[in-house]
Amino acid sequence: MIKLENMYKIYSMGDNEVRALNNVSLHIKPKEFIAIVGPSGSGKSTLMNMIGCLDAPTSGKYYIDNNEVSTLKDDDLADIRNKKIGFIFQGFNLLSKLTAIENVELPLIYRGISKSERQRLSQIALDRVGLGDRTHHRPNELSGGQQQRVAIARALSTSPPIILADEPTGALDSKSGIEIMKMLHEIHEAGNTIVLITHDNDIAKQADRIVRMHDGEIIFDSEVDSE
Amino acid sequence: MNYTQAIKMSIKSIMGNKMRSLLTMLGIIIGVCAVIIMISLVQGSTKSILDRLESMGTNMISVSLTGQKSSKVLSMVEMQALVDKNPTTLSAVAPTINSNVTIKVGTENAKTSLIGTNDAYSTIQNTKVQTGGRFMSAMDVQERRNVAMIGSYISKLTYPDSSPIGKEIKINGQIFTIIGVLEVKSTSTAGSTDDRVMIPYTTATRLLKNATVRSFSFQAKSSDVSAEALSTLNTYFKKELKSDDAFRVFNQADMLENVNQMTGTMTAMLGGIAGISLLVGGIGIMNIMLVSVTERTREIGIRKAIGARRKSILIQFLIESIVVSGMGGIIGIILGVLGTWGIGSLIKISATPSFGTMLLAGGFSVAVGVFFGWYPANKASKLNPIEALRFE
Repeated sequence: MIKLENMYKIYSMGDNEVRALNNVSLHIKPKEFIAIVGPSGSGKSTLMNMIGCLDAPTSGKYYIDNNEVSTLKDDDLADIRNKKIGFIFQGFNLLSKLTAIENVELPLIYRGISKSERQRLSQIALDRVGLGDRTHHRPNELSGGQQQRVAIARALSTSPPIILADEPTGALDSKSGIEIMKMLHEIHEAGNTIVLITHDNDIAKQADRIVRMHDGEIIFDSEVDSE
Repeated sequence: MNYTQAIKMSIKSIMGNKMRSLLTMLGIIIGVCAVIIMISLVQGSTKSILDRLESMGTNMISVSLTGQKSSKVLSMVEMQALVDKNPTTLSAVAPTINSNVTIKVGTENAKTSLIGTNDAYSTIQNTKVQTGGRFMSAMDVQERRNVAMIGSYISKLTYPDSSPIGKEIKINGQIFTIIGVLEVKSTSTAGSTDDRVMIPYTTATRLLKNATVRSFSFQAKSSDVSAEALSTLNTYFKKELKSDDAFRVFNQADMLENVNQMTGTMTAMLGGIAGISLLVGGIGIMNIMLVSVTERTREIGIRKAIGARRKSILIQFLIESIVVSGMGGIIGIILGVLGTWGIGSLIKISATPSFGTMLLAGGFSVAVGVFFGWYPANKASKLNPIEALRFE
């Protein structure tokens, strides 16, 4: 599904060279639920940007579904993001001037889907996260947990195979956090590959596999024993 | 992403910032408004000048004998022969004898100007009589009849309550029959072109004690050959009068062209000056769009993360600037039309903005939107999604 080979990301700051990713190779199988953990500065955000096709590596190869994407141009990467990846961010990243359903419709607009079909798919996605009755609320009229669920609906609306969640519970109270994690499990069971970035070990343990990053390198990669 | 969606999105964001959008539009509104008012007023005054010139007859070339340098008398027969000899360039000739006369109706005395001419004058000088009367005929001229056409002012003066047609008028003591009242040419007041009487030139020479014809009005066959007609006449008169200075030629086509050229320059100049304000408005749009791009960096990051291509972002911001400038353009056109009418009626010029002017100003405002919106939109489309998402 996702394959990274000898990936480097090097930032040069004056004379210093920062290796945000130092020879990282990672293989994520379809329908896997993988957690990438590590302290801040460990390179996990950079890794997420790579997996999410938001950034290009300095060197190394990246394949999604056996297609090399590390050499693609901006617009092709945008298409990959639109078709293959659903993003869930720590800060929700909803557009505050749009209603819940309009936010969910956005990726479908960029895919060029007709209005009626967009509304149908968005309604399904919102129903799925339990916000079918909140479609015309704006983000500031919703609680944090609800906003994150709108963001999940937005990630799901295009039915991408990969869900990339960057600290999805980081900005939420524990009760909402538990709800969101439950939802991610449901999505996983429905057949999506889930890549979860977190610094919280308890959350990471809920995944099938944990990859631990430190100083730009993978120092630990293991399946989690399901209890 | 389709364009209707982009337009809806941009209208939404414009409405979200009403005050700012209005102020941004103001530059364009003032620019468009100024362009329309300037051009329309110049065109309006040009038209009124041209109308006045054209009311003097079309394709008219008049030749006047000047001074005493030539004692040679040119007869109407010779002139008619000249016209007949040049059928491709000249179509008609009318003599004019100008004099001041005294008229008398009943006990009413007045001084007025007299024109002695022939039947061709009507078409050459674009002079017609009001319904009910008739212009002098070739027979009137040939038989030296005492018939007269009177200006509307004279008509008002002499027969205020009834139609003067068929009634009598004394000109320098001789009795004339009024056959027509001339169409109103100006203000129907004393001293205006409506204050005159017109009689056959043959009658006039006798009435004025052997006055000679000093001026002829020729009509060129069409405006295309008016230059040719002019040179024909110049050559002829030079030869006949054996002098360059003994006659003066007034060519209406040249006059029209001069006026057109002059007002054309004026239109371009004033329109250009007004256009500068449109340019300033455009810079205002660019400024605000740049601010908007910075403010919405995060939004751009989100859109890019979920799959917006560069072009989608570019189009979104470009359309936003086009919608702002286009709306400004529409408001400017409306205010420009109203302003033209208002100012036009104040300074008494009948000016109405032409469709072309509105199209020009409106099109220019949209072009300004594209031109000045391009840079900010391009900047937005090139933002790095990661940095944009991190932007606070």
